[in-house]
Amino acid sequence: MSEQPEQLKIKALQELEGVTSADKLEQWRVRYLGRKGELTLILRSLAELPPDERKTLGARANQTKVSLEEALKQKEQVIKEAQLVAAKKGGIDITLPGRPLPAGRLHPITQTLHEICDIFSAMGFQVVEGPEAEWDYYNFEALNIPPEHPARDTQSTFWIAHGTGNREKSASVNTGTIGAVSPSVRYEMEGGEKPMLLRTQTTSVTARTIAEVGEGKRQLPIMVVEPGKVYRYEATDATHGWMLYQIDGLVVDKHITMADLKGALYEFVHRYFGADRKVRFRADYFPFVEPGVEVAIECAICRGDGCRLCGDSGWIEIAGAGMTHPDVLRRGGIDPDVYTSFAFGMGADRTVMLRYGVDDIRLFYGSDLRFLRQF
Amino acid sequence: MKISLKWLKEYVDIALPAEELAHKLTMAGFEVEGMRVIGGGWDNVVIGKILAINPHPNADRLTLPTIDLGTEQVTVVCGAPNLKVGVKVSYARVGAQLIDAHTGQVATLKAAKIRGIASNGMLCSERELGISDSHTGILTLPDDAPLGMPLADYMGDVILDVTITPNRPDCPSVIGIAREVAALTGQSLHIPEISYQEAGPSIEGQVGLAIRAPDLCPRYCASLVTGVKLAESPVWMQHRLQDCGMRPINNIVDITNYVMLEYGQPLHSFDFERIRGKKIIVRRANHGEVLITLDGVERKLSPDMLVIADEDRAVAVAGVMGGANTEVTGSTTTILLEAASFNPASIHYTGRTLGLPSEACTRFERGISAGMTMPALKRATQLLVELCGGVAARGIEEAYPGKTERAPLSLSAGDVNRILGSDFSLEQINNALTSLGFECKRIDSSLLVATPYWRSDIRLTVDLIEEVARVIGYDQIPMTMPVQPLNKPAPTPIIGLKRNVSQILTGLGFQEIITYSLTSLETMNNLSAAAQPAEPSLLRLANPMTSEQEYLRPSLRASLLAAVAANRRHEDSGIWLFELGKVYLPRNNNLPDERETLCAIMSGPAVEKSWHGEGRAPDFFEAKGVVESLLCRLGITASYEPASDESLNSAEQAAIVMDGARVGVLGKLHPDVLERFEITESAYLFEIDLPALLRFVVGDKLYRQIPRFPAVVRDVALVIDADVAHQRLVDIIKSFPLVEKVVLFDVYSGGQVPQGKKSLAYRITFQSREHTLTDSEVNTVQQQILERLGGELGAGLRG
Ligand SMILES: [Zn+2]
Repeated sequence: MSEQPEQLKIKALQELEGVTSADKLEQWRVRYLGRKGELTLILRSLAELPPDERKTLGARANQTKVSLEEALKQKEQVIKEAQLVAAKKGGIDITLPGRPLPAGRLHPITQTLHEICDIFSAMGFQVVEGPEAEWDYYNFEALNIPPEHPARDTQSTFWIAHGTGNREKSASVNTGTIGAVSPSVRYEMEGGEKPMLLRTQTTSVTARTIAEVGEGKRQLPIMVVEPGKVYRYEATDATHGWMLYQIDGLVVDKHITMADLKGALYEFVHRYFGADRKVRFRADYFPFVEPGVEVAIECAICRGDGCRLCGDSGWIEIAGAGMTHPDVLRRGGIDPDVYTSFAFGMGADRTVMLRYGVDDIRLFYGSDLRFLRQF
Repeated sequence: MKISLKWLKEYVDIALPAEELAHKLTMAGFEVEGMRVIGGGWDNVVIGKILAINPHPNADRLTLPTIDLGTEQVTVVCGAPNLKVGVKVSYARVGAQLIDAHTGQVATLKAAKIRGIASNGMLCSERELGISDSHTGILTLPDDAPLGMPLADYMGDVILDVTITPNRPDCPSVIGIAREVAALTGQSLHIPEISYQEAGPSIEGQVGLAIRAPDLCPRYCASLVTGVKLAESPVWMQHRLQDCGMRPINNIVDITNYVMLEYGQPLHSFDFERIRGKKIIVRRANHGEVLITLDGVERKLSPDMLVIADEDRAVAVAGVMGGANTEVTGSTTTILLEAASFNPASIHYTGRTLGLPSEACTRFERGISAGMTMPALKRATQLLVELCGGVAARGIEEAYPGKTERAPLSLSAGDVNRILGSDFSLEQINNALTSLGFECKRIDSSLLVATPYWRSDIRLTVDLIEEVARVIGYDQIPMTMPVQPLNKPAPTPIIGLKRNVSQILTGLGFQEIITYSLTSLETMNNLSAAAQPAEPSLLRLANPMTSEQEYLRPSLRASLLAAVAANRRHEDSGIWLFELGKVYLPRNNNLPDERETLCAIMSGPAVEKSWHGEGRAPDFFEAKGVVESLLCRLGITASYEPASDESLNSAEQAAIVMDGARVGVLGKLHPDVLERFEITESAYLFEIDLPALLRFVVGDKLYRQIPRFPAVVRDVALVIDADVAHQRLVDIIKSFPLVEKVVLFDVYSGGQVPQGKKSLAYRITFQSREHTLTDSEVNTVQQQILERLGGELGAGLRG
């Protein structure tokens, strides 16, 4: 049997609400209560069941039948009255459209960020933000990514020229490989000043939050999520953009464990993607955590069998995470022998794409109303 | 990194099916991204030997080889030029699934007559078998290939495509993965001790070695092999290299690549005869030194770079690429083989600066352990002796100035469980670490853990904890929820304000957009209608991708204008948009001031044309109404003062002012600006600086008692000079104590109103919080109001 009588009832009554004419009402009657109607089929199938099941299911199905017949009778009455009113002189055609009112919407990424932040807020996280133009220190160095670290190669960086005006000065450095150039070269390029960049990850806010403890600007424990824009020096295509949104998170307290990290992220996935979504928690490497974790969810399209969306793996990576590296904590003045910490980060654009099946990341920042009005 | 399962099995027993092995590796941090089965379709292909080759009677280019399959003999028609009697080949029976060399599609081999002679199956090329693209001749197999054996058993393999994280420089190698597999599956590892005959004289005295930059080269090892002959490497080695994505070149280069894939250590071979002074000197490059590398390019070196040199000149860029001056060639007979350890940061810098991210470079910059040099060097020397007819000199020349002892780490079950939240026993922890090659000594309730030489990534106890978690499995870690802090800090006010503002504006009919934060100088200049626009103060990227995205935007206006123009191509109703984003204002020697800014634009009626009529196109007062409504919801009343914004029409714009401070601007966009953005209709814009506004947002609202006494409402129509602002009248009226509310309900000029005058009609609500007002009380106040309006502004009652 495909459907329980109660489910069928909900579906049928919902559909009935939208019925406004006599012929549509007749179609509805045939579909559910007719000789080959869905409910009739359930009642007929009872004969094949063992006696005790037949009895309980039969009673439930009959109850549904009574409800639906009652609703049908009421609806007939309503439609008849509406016809009478319309027929009277001066009656209004209630099917004419209403007076239009302006209907604005939030951008799908904003909606998603709100939703994600709300889930974490409900778990006790505070939402904080940090600057997009950032010192190299918070984006890289404080997170165990010194200038020669291979992780920099995967996060090609937009560097910000110090001072304003004078665009000729550093036109020669426009090579696209600056992200990988040694600091001595880079400092030279910037006239010995601290390197400034557009952050490549909102983990920079994690570094700042930790540093605030050492500076006396923030009390422990910490439980924050950090949404915002990040930038990558990357050619744009359907799946890569040079501007995107991320959300990082950080928890610091005595007795924080990887079990807490697992619990918090599973809880998030189940609240955001649905309780039935399978989660995979596997070892991975990020310089600022140890142990490191990759969190993936079962692919919504193939449910784990492998398809084009998930690259045949059955899984879609949604977050990187791990236990905050003791050096990262220590750099911010937090004693890793007393406090433990976990951190995580995820991309919001990707999450929205997965959720709504958007196939081109550029649509988000193209401002096309035909796209934006769908959300 | 491509890893051959067959190669892996030489070093570790594998009982699991490939899929399960892939899953275990993935979960433990070695993501298997793909799997290629070699020989999956070779059901009807077996190994044979050519017994005889007869000419084809009807075709010069074809021959009729007879193949011995061990139990039977068959004759086929073949067009390959590389047939030789006695050679082992792969023979496909009729029914085999082969790749058609011309179409690239899999096809079933059918019995066929070729130029009148029946061909009973065929001999296969590499392309037909799906091994490589080679189709110049048939695949030939080594002499010891067993007759009649299915080719799949002999050559079939599974190639795993494994992503190696950068913290594991020991793992892009067969042995590295084998160690992981052994730990993850509990199988045993067999890594043989390398030995070979050292028939030559001692290397000592033949080769000089000096490390002049020990900070950049902690260890350098070299072996010497004489009498080698440059040739093709054996077929099996070529196949392995191909399966792992490398191109076979010659036996010497192939051996160094093979050992790199096997042991993870890059090696380099020099033609020793061309090393001047028979000396290897590891030093920084000199100022202005140049070297032509193996790819024929002249490289300009600097003292930041490390070179391998002989007495006279550089012979290699250390760890990055060899020099052409000592390249192994056909006339080479003596090979100096190098296995060294280099400073990763220096290699990274050199590789990037020279634009030479070679495979060796990528490996070195991840920090390969100095301990890995010796086993790899011995393995490669062994292969040179065995496969190239070389004679190895006795001993290895070595300098190891960077030798360090790593102190063992202490680890207790408490340490592990404190981080993981697990309940692992010391026994479990001990087993996990031991399986990975760590040596654990139990002292009381702790382990003293010595790290194996190949693990350069292990430094702290947390590194050990991760190893424990990986081997036991992340799925064995329990799940708990972090306890919420009691003293939860209040949310940042600006975040709440942003959310509030965006929700109010959507309610007022605006669509939110998000646009790129980078812009061009031209675009910013287009925002000003002034003849000489002020030079904007902008933050510039040092490495922009295009000139359209060169500056951090100081304003959101251009993005909104562009969005209106783009949407207008397909939208005939109103376009009301807003963006809430940062603008970036430079500050000296500091990060820019990033100000959260609201900018909104209104073009065309808010609602679509319908049977109820046309929507009304927005005017200044509609824009002002939106601003007032937004501010009202936030609990703010602003005043509006004349402004001179260069994007806006000078006659229709106002500054939004709070307590004397400007928080924003609103007005009609200047037609010149609209034209530059290709907008042909009028449009209104408002912009608010949120941090400035935030100071006035009423956080905690206080309840005020609802008035208990009735109000008295009076309408007054006033005639006044046309140039007196409404605000001045309202300010006076509101200054009287009993006035609760003032509404302007009519503005009129012409008709009975004299020239140069206008009529303003106000509805004034009088109310007392103490008692019911009498008519005479209201009359008195109203009279006082009229007197002041008359005295100060010259207003009189309209007759
Ligand atoms: Zn899928």
